[in-house]
Amino acid sequence: MSELYRIVIIGSGPAGLSAASRAAKLGLSHVLLEKTDHLSDTIYKYQKGKHIMATPSQLNLRADIDFAAGKREAVLETWEMQTQGHAVNVLKNADVQAIAGAKGDFTITLTNGQIVRSETVILAIGTQGNPNRMSCPGGDLQHIQYSLDDSSEYIDEHITVIGAGDAGIENALGLVADPEQRNVVTIVNRNEEFPTAKDANVQALMQARDAGRIIVRTKTTPISVEPGWIVFDTRDGEARVRCDRVIARMGSAPPRKFVEACGIAFTSPDRAAYPVLSAMFESTNPGIFVIGALAGYPLIKHCMNQGYDVVEFINGNTNLKPADEPILEAKFAGLPGNETVDYWLNFLKTNVVILNQLSTLQLREFMLDSEARFYKRGDVIFVRNDPGSSLFAIAAGSVLVEVSPTDPSITVPIGVGSIFGEVGLISGRRRGATIRAGEDCICVEVSRTAALKLQASVPAAKRAIERISTERQLLQMFKSGLSPADLTEVLDSYEIKAVSAGKAIINEGELGNDIFVIRQGSMVVERMIGGKPVFTSYLPAGSYVGEMGLINGGKRAATVRAAIKSDVIRLDGTAFMRLMEKKPELYAKTKSDMAGREELNAFIESKKDTLSSAVDLYSEQAAFLMENGIGEATDVLLIDENLCIGCDNCEKACADSHDGLSRLDREAGRTYAHLHVPTSCRHCEHPHCMLDCPPNAINRGPDGEVFINDTCIGCGNCQRNCPYGVIRMEYEPPKKPSILSWLLFGKGPGPGEPSREWKKANSDPAVSKQSKAIKCDMCSGIEGGPACVSACPTGAAIRVGPEQFLSITRLEKNRAR
Amino acid sequence: MATQAPERGVQSGRAKSDGTHEGFLRHKSYRWLKIAFVLSAVAIAGYVLIDVKPRPNGGTWYGYLLGVVGTLLIFWLTMLGIRKRIPSRKRWSLKGWTSAHIYLGIALAVIGTLHTGFQIDWNVHTLAYVLMMLVILSGLWGITAYTRLPKKMSLNREELTENQMLEGLRSMDRQINDAAQPLDHRYAELVRKSLQENPFGGGLLRRLIGFYPKNKTRKTLARLSEEIAFRPGEDNPIVRLDGLLARKESKVQRLRKHLQYKARLEIWLYFHVPLTFALIAALSAHIVSVFFYW
Repeated sequence: MSELYRIVIIGSGPAGLSAASRAAKLGLSHVLLEKTDHLSDTIYKYQKGKHIMATPSQLNLRADIDFAAGKREAVLETWEMQTQGHAVNVLKNADVQAIAGAKGDFTITLTNGQIVRSETVILAIGTQGNPNRMSCPGGDLQHIQYSLDDSSEYIDEHITVIGAGDAGIENALGLVADPEQRNVVTIVNRNEEFPTAKDANVQALMQARDAGRIIVRTKTTPISVEPGWIVFDTRDGEARVRCDRVIARMGSAPPRKFVEACGIAFTSPDRAAYPVLSAMFESTNPGIFVIGALAGYPLIKHCMNQGYDVVEFINGNTNLKPADEPILEAKFAGLPGNETVDYWLNFLKTNVVILNQLSTLQLREFMLDSEARFYKRGDVIFVRNDPGSSLFAIAAGSVLVEVSPTDPSITVPIGVGSIFGEVGLISGRRRGATIRAGEDCICVEVSRTAALKLQASVPAAKRAIERISTERQLLQMFKSGLSPADLTEVLDSYEIKAVSAGKAIINEGELGNDIFVIRQGSMVVERMIGGKPVFTSYLPAGSYVGEMGLINGGKRAATVRAAIKSDVIRLDGTAFMRLMEKKPELYAKTKSDMAGREELNAFIESKKDTLSSAVDLYSEQAAFLMENGIGEATDVLLIDENLCIGCDNCEKACADSHDGLSRLDREAGRTYAHLHVPTSCRHCEHPHCMLDCPPNAINRGPDGEVFINDTCIGCGNCQRNCPYGVIRMEYEPPKKPSILSWLLFGKGPGPGEPSREWKKANSDPAVSKQSKAIKCDMCSGIEGGPACVSACPTGAAIRVGPEQFLSITRLEKNRAR
Repeated sequence: MATQAPERGVQSGRAKSDGTHEGFLRHKSYRWLKIAFVLSAVAIAGYVLIDVKPRPNGGTWYGYLLGVVGTLLIFWLTMLGIRKRIPSRKRWSLKGWTSAHIYLGIALAVIGTLHTGFQIDWNVHTLAYVLMMLVILSGLWGITAYTRLPKKMSLNREELTENQMLEGLRSMDRQINDAAQPLDHRYAELVRKSLQENPFGGGLLRRLIGFYPKNKTRKTLARLSEEIAFRPGEDNPIVRLDGLLARKESKVQRLRKHLQYKARLEIWLYFHVPLTFALIAALSAHIVSVFFYW
């Protein structure tokens, strides 16, 4: 009979290594089983030289081996050395086949027939060891690989990368990074789009494609692989393509079959579900512990801390506080009554609706990014027009919202358990109202990133935030003395639908009585007149449609389609009708809104003969503007080329009012019927640039302008994310001599952005030339409004909101002139 | 069927355009045209109704009044050159300023003429008057250019920027160069001429009228076309070259047109501005002499 170990650790990734080191340090009898002949296979298989990040940065590391952000090689070397230093008992080439037995005496059978016995088992096998494999004929051929170690190894090859997630894209780009390798690389994507990859990666891929360095095949799946060739099923039929090597990166999944065979239950039948675990990582089979990625924690720091903790637990140290305990203690120190961290965590979990469904582990992690604060009655929490994108949740007490900007005594209360500040979370706008504590209260301030993470990982929290924000949106939109209680029935039936660009939510002539509220994005309204669709109006986020069909009970009077990818809230028409019956004020308001629209319809009807060609042109122009992304703009620069004399005074004025750098390119951009959309920021309703800004430097100002503040680190993410190419990476040029000394003595480069040569020759070598992102800030703080418009000598340049510009009534106004 | 969103976009009440578009001529419903019209009408009425002795003349009190108004106008109108180059931090838009410049400038013709009392002679006073009228005429020329050319320029460039046009031309030249490699010396020489030619040389006049008689590309094209007429065939490199040259020719035409419009939008300023400085010099002489010989 072989030796009975106290602990056997399966898997030598960060979690397993940390657990084994702890066991070695404590002098427990242990063995670390590793399937391959080297430690930490997942990280070993990372691309050569890959930078490994140490997130979340505020979490402290508690492990017997070190870890800091750095290159793959350095990290692996540290671990190798320290594992040896701790005299960890490692058994390599030990691929586990089965685990049998029960707590106190488990028998682990390896594929080579060897048997290991242990009192407890720590499963730290991760998910990467289980990549999704190719299932088509030829999927078992030798030239198919599931990882890419060193992309510089391959030269002169036809390589196909299958799967366009982050791993696939990074591999493919690595293979074409050096043109000297002369690889012909094809990346194959099952879908039309790249939903699972980071935007920055997708942009880089598209650039490589446009530069002709890589072939991207979308809506394509492999049918069969043969030596030297691969056959695809494409949108246009079968295609047989040269292929010397296949790199399949189609994701990985928890090795569920194996884990279940060990007697461990999962939380749900979902493919991505994780095992059910106790607070001490013990699975449903007592004696088997699960940590790391398999437990749902893919970050290295988490894994290593769990490795340490689980061994302490097994060793009987049940009083061990998690590594983040001191951080959380500090966070709760400001709250009244010297309670423990556990007390507060439980308090928050029970009292705050959006935190109800979190596990203790998730809640701890969530609190690392959040703050708990105590406010005395009357304390101001935030002030109207303050910048801020965090979300607040009320754990005790209540707050008052000052709904009127002028009279602070008019307030609306928000009670315990609810949230506020969610508007900033969605669109990054400034605070819409001042909020003060109505009584002594405890609030949790959740950073934007933590709130997004919470919504992504806990569907129930997402639903709770959605419901509250929907309720607020309806209350604000309909006003009419409605209270949250009135909306209960309507909200019970609501549904949030994603609508892709160009899809209709309402079709003219169709029967239907549902009401739609545009939550994100924008819609256009069209009517068929004389067999042609005529654009009648533009609906930005925050409007509602569908009341005409509901009140008149007839067919839909117009088609409403999404101008860009949008989210709409569908409200059940019958429930809404009942609400209107209960609330005559709401009925009257809806009626009057409808009257305005009916008037517009009558206007179009009456003008369709006399204005026919103008209406056509207008419809076409509107369609052109929609194509150019005006549908998500809040304020856009347009140039009437009937008036533009090409003097570039707009660009010059822009440069001169912004540190000598112009934020617009007048000449570039699309034109239709003399209406030109120059390359300049549109201040999108939901800015793409804000999506991935590490220092959170992009904010929205009081006039709705999206601007970048001084904390920009120059990473260029916003530039890559902007679909309209309006962000530049530049460093500030030196100060120019005054305009008069240029006019009189010819000193300096004159008005406008100085040339590169002048900038280079005159800049102070002592001043840093770090490029930062620059973009239009709508000249906020300048009294005369945007410099590009006020500097246009002929009035060709205008800045407009789409809802003003795209109203058919403009036709009449323009004709009247 | 729908409502506008509440409180969107503008949160702190900065004025926004209502989406309608007014050019510099019809700025604020022709505000400055109306003002200039009233100003001129008042000046004419004063000239007709006020019986100054011995006769209407720059030296009467009414003449002095007109002279002072005219001088102030001239100096104010000149300020546009500076205003244009300084981004304003005030509510005055450059468009409004341009509009006022135009209409008040035209009114200046009336005021200046009345100031002369129609006494024209060979002296420095008349010189100032003539220069003023020339400045105003060159300004009118500018207005016609500004109202007629932008549309044509926009149609001609078809979303291309000047740099893109130049880059397109360079890329054509590279392709033509490559395509000409297999040809024998005689043709290669022809093509070389087309490549070496600066299609935009020839000075200002040529650029303004857009007439380029010695067009090497066109000539090469014509010669090649003749050749093809006798030796057709699709794989003939000359046929390919012929196509490339034809495309280059159309690109050259477009760019020439573009440069022509640009030149015509600017050329009047080369009269308007120097004449203004001459006017100011003559005006100074006029004023100094008037007061000196009082």
